[in-house]
Amino acid sequence: MAQDSATRTLISQAQLERGRGRIIYWTLLAVVVVAFTLVFIGPLYWMVTGALKSGQEIAQTPPSLYPKDPQPQNYVDAWNNLDLAKLLFNTFYYATGAVLFQLVLDTAAAYSLSKLRPIFGNAILGLMLATLMIPAMVLIVPQYVTVIDLPILHLNLLDSPFAIWLPLVANAFNIFLLKRFFDSIPEDLMAAAFVDGATPLRTLWSIILPMSRPILGVVSIFAVTAVWKDFLWPKLVMPSPETRTVSVGIYAFAGGTPMNVVIAASVIAAIPTVVIFLIFQRNIMSGLTTGSLKG
Amino acid sequence: MAITTVPGTTRQPGRPEPPYPSSRRRTSLGRKVRDNLTGHTFLIGALVCFAVFSWYPMVRGIVMSFQRTRRGETTWVGWDNYTRIIDDPSFWTAWKNTFYFTFLALVLGYAVPFFVAILLNEFRHARGYLRILVYLPVMLPPASALFLFKFYAYDPSEAGLFNAILAALHLPTSEWMQSPGMTMPAMVLASTWMNMGSAVLIYLAALQNIPGELYEAAELDGAGIWRRIRHVTIPQTRLILALLAMMQIVATMQLFIEPLILANGAGTGDSATSVAYLIYQHGFFQNDLNGAAALGVIMLIVLAGFSAVYVRLTAKQD
Repeated sequence: MAQDSATRTLISQAQLERGRGRIIYWTLLAVVVVAFTLVFIGPLYWMVTGALKSGQEIAQTPPSLYPKDPQPQNYVDAWNNLDLAKLLFNTFYYATGAVLFQLVLDTAAAYSLSKLRPIFGNAILGLMLATLMIPAMVLIVPQYVTVIDLPILHLNLLDSPFAIWLPLVANAFNIFLLKRFFDSIPEDLMAAAFVDGATPLRTLWSIILPMSRPILGVVSIFAVTAVWKDFLWPKLVMPSPETRTVSVGIYAFAGGTPMNVVIAASVIAAIPTVVIFLIFQRNIMSGLTTGSLKG
Repeated sequence: MAITTVPGTTRQPGRPEPPYPSSRRRTSLGRKVRDNLTGHTFLIGALVCFAVFSWYPMVRGIVMSFQRTRRGETTWVGWDNYTRIIDDPSFWTAWKNTFYFTFLALVLGYAVPFFVAILLNEFRHARGYLRILVYLPVMLPPASALFLFKFYAYDPSEAGLFNAILAALHLPTSEWMQSPGMTMPAMVLASTWMNMGSAVLIYLAALQNIPGELYEAAELDGAGIWRRIRHVTIPQTRLILALLAMMQIVATMQLFIEPLILANGAGTGDSATSVAYLIYQHGFFQNDLNGAAALGVIMLIVLAGFSAVYVRLTAKQD
């Protein structure tokens, strides 16, 4: 996204810099910054500090702005009682696998569709893109039935990480994103590599991939957040307490656990994605906008 | 907004560029077969995943919706599953609720991000900070965010965040999720907070593609801010507006996790039952996978209807 502030928008630059315009601009900016901070950080503050409050303090009217008598024990209880270490490890493991599978298989597919262009390539791409029209909820039942009894192989993937990894590879959005990026790499580079006697795999590895780091980063980040945010699918295919993801684990415990502890666990579950976002926000934002715009 | 073409993708229609350069000129049959083989080898992994987890389930879902499985025996039952599902009174409640949610989400979750984006686009300062703020909730696992709303914001006593604010302003407090009338608005509010970030960013990018001269010209013609929004901003972003409307409808029609976590499923007096929740109920609690598949097909048809309308509307404008 361009950071240039020189382009003219709804209201002209000159108007904003003149007497009255300037006052309005700065007042509005201040109001928006304060309001947005309250609306978007406020609830998070409430969540992090609320989990530090005691049971009585939570039920008190009006609620206190900050914990009078902080109970870090809530976080410790959440960590121990819900076995968050295990849940976080599972989620991390699924996310890592999802990144690897998507990077390898989707990149190979996009490379083939963009540069090798085998026969029926366009038809295949069309069929892949068509799946973007099918809402996840429509497929949930037949997908589940497929996963518990894979066609031909008759394997049951319940509680196997492959039940999360493989369906994520069937991600038309990623393939489209990668293919479009590869399309922008000049054909001449490919021809040059061919003249030098490079095989397609070698060309992919030594020419295409090094040039594609930004888009590979975006795909990886999306893969991690997709696994971290998903709920229903892991809930269905990872039924055992040992294989659960962190979101599903917290949900499973929510019924019989004090609410402060559930919130403490929710805070811990949210930390990884929030940290990833703060580190990679530039890449995420550019990936999001290039992916959804510019068809 | 202008649709830009990525350099290198411009190809003459009807005259595809030759595939991988190795087949240029030296087009012996053996070479062609080998090149195609290489291309398909690279495709195979993703292709198998699509086939097994996307294309096949699609067909299987439709087939399943006409079958019934009892004690391991599968029989063809025609429209039975459909009539059974439609006769269930919660079918209509679920559709009514889902449409109501979609409607509210369009009013709130669709219009608000657009105006937020217009506002943010005017600022020359703190832009990065504001963008991060708006997108932050999108990164939270939905379960975490919804527990926050459930326990802290929608607490029906005055100890809850929203009620405390309402009480402080001397406004009437609400029972939130425990009052059937408030269930849907409360779910839309939580869902909008969680999801609006991506829409804001997409709008922002679209707004930045509007040529400044258009505003310049409108201003010279004496158009005020509102008329500039109406006659420049909206027409210039209409493709993205239409696309996001479609995405918003498809996403909200799949309303599931909000009822499950905020309202423990159906909510007070079925006020939160959604079609997606009904699919889940039939499929995984009532052991009625075939009924759930039929519901899925009905949902697909309804959404395909929306897509058709969308394609018609957008095609007409170009």
